[in-house]
Amino acid sequence: SFENRLAFRWFWLPEPVRPLHGSGCGQQQEAVGMEMRPETFSIFRTQENDPDCQSEQHQGQYYTVPPSHFHTVFPHGLPPRYQQQVKTFNEGCVMVRQPALELISHLKRADYSKPTLRYLLYGVKGSGKTMSLCHTVHYCSTQGWLVLHIPDAHLWVKNCKELLPSSYHASRFDQPIQASNWLRNFRTTNENFLSKIKLRQRYVWTKRESTEEGQPLGELVDMGVSRVKSSSDVVGAVLKELRLQAGGTEGGFRLAVAVDGVNGLWGRTTLKKEDKSPVAPEELTLVHNLRKMINNDWCGGAVIATLSQTGSLYAPSSAYLPQELLGEEGFDSMDPFIPVPVSLYSEKEFESCYLYYLDRHWLQHPHSQTEEGKKELIFLSNRNPSVLERLCAFL
Amino acid sequence: MAASGGRTVGSFLWKCGNCCFNFNTVSSNLTRQVLSRQLCVSAVLHRKNLAAAGPEKFSEEFIKKQVEEFNIGKRHLANMMGEDPETFTQGDINRSIAYLFPSGLFDKKAKPLMKHPDEVFPKQRAVQWGADGRPFHFLFYTGKQSYYSLMHDTFTKALAVEKHQDRLRGKDLFTQDAKQISLVGSRWLLKEELEELLVETISEHDYARFIQLMERLLSLPYCSVEEDFVQRYRRQLEIQSSKQQVQPLQYDQHGVAYSTGDGKQRKTATGTVLLRDSGSGSISINGTNYVHYFPVLQDREQLMFPLHFMGVLGRFDMQCSVSGGGHSSQAGALRLAISRAMLSFLSEGQVETMRQAGLLTPDPRIKERKKPGQEGARRKFTWKKR
Repeated sequence: SFENRLAFRWFWLPEPVRPLHGSGCGQQQEAVGMEMRPETFSIFRTQENDPDCQSEQHQGQYYTVPPSHFHTVFPHGLPPRYQQQVKTFNEGCVMVRQPALELISHLKRADYSKPTLRYLLYGVKGSGKTMSLCHTVHYCSTQGWLVLHIPDAHLWVKNCKELLPSSYHASRFDQPIQASNWLRNFRTTNENFLSKIKLRQRYVWTKRESTEEGQPLGELVDMGVSRVKSSSDVVGAVLKELRLQAGGTEGGFRLAVAVDGVNGLWGRTTLKKEDKSPVAPEELTLVHNLRKMINNDWCGGAVIATLSQTGSLYAPSSAYLPQELLGEEGFDSMDPFIPVPVSLYSEKEFESCYLYYLDRHWLQHPHSQTEEGKKELIFLSNRNPSVLERLCAFL
Repeated sequence: MAASGGRTVGSFLWKCGNCCFNFNTVSSNLTRQVLSRQLCVSAVLHRKNLAAAGPEKFSEEFIKKQVEEFNIGKRHLANMMGEDPETFTQGDINRSIAYLFPSGLFDKKAKPLMKHPDEVFPKQRAVQWGADGRPFHFLFYTGKQSYYSLMHDTFTKALAVEKHQDRLRGKDLFTQDAKQISLVGSRWLLKEELEELLVETISEHDYARFIQLMERLLSLPYCSVEEDFVQRYRRQLEIQSSKQQVQPLQYDQHGVAYSTGDGKQRKTATGTVLLRDSGSGSISINGTNYVHYFPVLQDREQLMFPLHFMGVLGRFDMQCSVSGGGHSSQAGALRLAISRAMLSFLSEGQVETMRQAGLLTPDPRIKERKKPGQEGARRKFTWKKR
């Protein structure tokens, strides 16, 4: 029966298959409930599921994020359409692309006793910056780093219903909901670190509550989640602690700060004070603390950021270069950084995306399986990943 | 649209003594304003048939005087414009009037015109009876004297042809394959045109009988004897496909073939396209990528249509520039421009298929005028019962 199933599988795959040049380390992880994929090698998939071992030869191929990692590493980082796709296809497949590989190779070779290096992913809208960021975050978490993933900095500067004046600093404003949400996700991501890291300072929240030195970080985070009013200050404290302790000699861990839509930190906000005057980003606690993290005055980690025009405020839609989106102030703060351009799909990448959709039976229209249909898809989407995805969504 | 037409006419540099300029642009500017697109057009269709309305309103002397005045006026106008009165045509008259009396009105019939009285005053029937009250024509009391006399004439001719055939049979010179009248590319007169010719109203039934009789005449093998008579009642169809001018391919310094599609209009949007051969399918519009310029899928599909139809999707590189209108009309204008540019790369048969697919026809739809008493072009005000 196994042979029958294998034969059936060979018959079922629509495209020609050829054996992949053997990949070294890394094993195929399967979860219960997923279909068995024995030795069916395809051009667009790779068995190499560990980002550490991926290299240029895997470029353009999809690797599967093991479902066990999925919910811990990416509780909040993925783009919403991709999350829907994962739910539909019942697996999370990420394409190995050149920007992510470049980033990972930088991270491997960097010297972590020097001040942090900052990497900036930029590119046209829909070219795959967030996905490359998530790929890198996956790498960092498999390597045992502490990941500080801010899914979208723009969420903190717009659409905030409650804006409390900060208890810590008079002229600043707190955002309790956003802060508590983020702390919850942070807790999910970095469970194992929470008990290991100890606080180095005493934090007083109110007259009766305080967190002592030497307490584990987890307690601080729990307090922030439960006491929503002071959650923004808790975020600030967490960031400060991590900054001080990253790369330290005792229990040294590496810290990855991954910020999506970093240009939101230096632009304008849509928030207003009670007297209808606009709020500058510095006046928000969260933004203020995050800016301190992005400064390279600490060592033992890396800052990976992406620019995003999609959620940005008051930026023209044709802007995608760092100078345009960051503005002067942002550029000066981010300078020096390592820019990593993210381009549209190359021919090979487009090919493998197309085969992946065919394999998942996503392209139902019979014409889309022909060469003609493929040419039409290339034309209509101009090999832009997000446009292609939206296009195939109703085919 | 009419305003732009007026402006373009007025913007021509008129100097006295300058008679060489483009006929075609004037007529094309003015004809673009005609909303309807009819195949066999005659002005009769627009005009009411006043011919048979009643007794004549304009006497013959009156008409003759008008004709003389018109001719004298024509010579004066030619002198005014500094042109030769002998070779002053109706087209020249129209241009001069449009120049001297520029009108901002939209309706063509409301603009000042100077035409021969025969075109202005409808054809009238002269008085049909003499001083003693007796009618001149023997069929007067049928009510439709010209129609019945035409039928009689046609039948007489048919009889004559048959007699001719019988004579030939008698002399044994009858052959089945005699020269036939060529009917290709022409059509029978329309009912309205026939009415205009006969200067009286006829019914549908009468018209059908007339056509039937003519067909019967044509069915005789030797009807070519009466060819002139028959051709009088036929009109030529315009051949549309010969109007496409295909520009030759141009080659730039690297030997790459390219061609331009000239500015095509669609509802106030104009677009120009530079097509380059042996490219990779990249398109830039006004300097930006087409995915950014047309975020809507429908517009990109419009751009894709001519290329996909001909199966040359990945072959050309395009540089487009477009202005005016909205995103949909810009996409339509570009599509036309791409089709026009592609003509020089294609063979005759492919040009014909493109024409039949409608890729080369400019879309004549424009925004309809808002009428008074209504809220929009079609929408009426809210109807209140009381």
